[in-house]
Amino acid sequence: MNTSTSAAPGAPTRDLEAMRARIRSGIRGQQLFALVGVLFTSFAVLVLLAAFLDLLFDGLPRLSWDFMTSFPSRKASQAGILSAWVGSALVMLVTMLAAVPVAIGAAIYLEEYAGKNWFTDLIEINVTNLAGVPSIVYGLLALGLFVYQFGFGESILSAGLTLALLILPIIIVSSREALRAVPIHIREAAYGVGATRWQMVSDHLLPYSRGGMLTGVILGMAEAIGQTAPIITIGALTFIAFLPPLPVTADFPFLSLEWIWSEFTVLPIQMYNWVSRPDKAFQVNAAAAGVVLLIMTLLMNGLAIYLRYQVRKKIKW
Amino acid sequence: MVTDTLERPPAAPAAVMKAEVRNLSFFYGDFKALKDITMTVEEHKVTALIGPSGCGKSTLLRCFNRMHDLYPGNRYAGEIVLKPDNVNILAKDVDPIEVRMRIGMVFQKPNPFPKSIYDNVAYGLRVRGLRNRSEMDDRVEAALKSGALWDEVKHRLQDVAFALSGGQQQRLCIARALATDPELLLFDEPTSALDPIATGSIEELIQEIKHKVTILIVTHNMQQAARVSDYTAYMYLGDLMEFGATNDIFMKPRRKETEDYITGRFG
Repeated sequence: MNTSTSAAPGAPTRDLEAMRARIRSGIRGQQLFALVGVLFTSFAVLVLLAAFLDLLFDGLPRLSWDFMTSFPSRKASQAGILSAWVGSALVMLVTMLAAVPVAIGAAIYLEEYAGKNWFTDLIEINVTNLAGVPSIVYGLLALGLFVYQFGFGESILSAGLTLALLILPIIIVSSREALRAVPIHIREAAYGVGATRWQMVSDHLLPYSRGGMLTGVILGMAEAIGQTAPIITIGALTFIAFLPPLPVTADFPFLSLEWIWSEFTVLPIQMYNWVSRPDKAFQVNAAAAGVVLLIMTLLMNGLAIYLRYQVRKKIKW
Repeated sequence: MVTDTLERPPAAPAAVMKAEVRNLSFFYGDFKALKDITMTVEEHKVTALIGPSGCGKSTLLRCFNRMHDLYPGNRYAGEIVLKPDNVNILAKDVDPIEVRMRIGMVFQKPNPFPKSIYDNVAYGLRVRGLRNRSEMDDRVEAALKSGALWDEVKHRLQDVAFALSGGQQQRLCIARALATDPELLLFDEPTSALDPIATGSIEELIQEIKHKVTILIVTHNMQQAARVSDYTAYMYLGDLMEFGATNDIFMKPRRKETEDYITGRFG
């Protein structure tokens, strides 16, 4: 107030004190929002950390080499997750081999070849909606189609294909984004020297978008490895005390696909089975299996983040 | 062909025609971006297309290698006849890839592939099926020499092209286009992303390579058109307002609109 009254007569006056007060209250509001933001953000991080630490403390006593290399048993202290993690790994292998070529093929078609018409729109809507279908529905579809119709039975093959269906939309969407990130002037440069569409795609788009696509694949796989419902639906067993046949054999042709027909279990199902036992000791086993599953998922996500970083560092448009 | 040549301005009495644009119109959907353009491109000369933004100069340039075919809803009417075989390169039965094999392009922004310097230059030849390693080496070297880049990169051919400066990248793009011996080379504002020194070296290069290849260049820089071109076409709103020897266009334009643009009273 004093500032304004003491101003020279006739000169434009300004209430500086009031202005400063307004700025101060603006800054207070800004700090309040920043505080709320930090709280919300740390809440998300803390929940994950708490869940992980809880599992870790519960499961730590059981985490050992023996636990990784033993079959499940009626005695909690002798039970291990050998068949479960081998099963998870093999199912993931089938999932990847089935999902990746189909998803990347679909992404290339939709981005580079499909014309703008009702058919393309229909596929687009379909892909987007598939990502939102509950996983149990995929399980039912797979039970009818793979297990009974195709006669694949309750096998690693059926499970792998089911999870492949589940993560197809995830990989398609991220692969399309990776393709779209290649700038138009690079495409025109390739066409400009006389490349065909396929030469442009295979010589340029695919190599340059590889990192983004790989990220999508890994995120999809991380999603698949934790899936329980669809695998239970197609009839994975909860007690498996044997490993699938080895992929390598002593006789010609030395490679065998016998394992894809094998019965199996996976980590989440092993956990689910142990959690539902009344014996307290099995809860500890479940927690230990959970730690292994979480670490596998975090490692996959970490790898995805690392790859994305590497690719961004190398290619700058 | 003889009568056509005689109709050309006296500045180039013995010029041989490389391409002839006949009544060319072009449509982006319903929008008519080029209106009934008729002009010629003389062999081993530089022809500049000038005019204010949106006049259709880049659109016309991109008709020459059928770039518009990459995007839906585009339509050509009229002809661009390429000599000496008199093929209308806009004809439906002429594959745009065949056209791009004969007519190269250098773009506004330097756009090397994120590959090595060598692979950038070799790509056009690989697309054409060249597999012989030593012949490839020779042709890459020759192209880089034509692009005035060889001395700067000969010891680091396997480096990623992004390691080069902007001006070097653009010369690499010129070398990439020259590697395949195009009959006609299109330049779409090739120096608009470069500093004055790099611009000077590109302009010098254009003067050197015009003995090997016919050049059509779009530029928004009138001084550049005056410096590098033998013929100039002034376009406005999709119309070809005036076309002739560069000296005539800049010294004694026949139309008031051309003069206004050239002298900077408009544009």
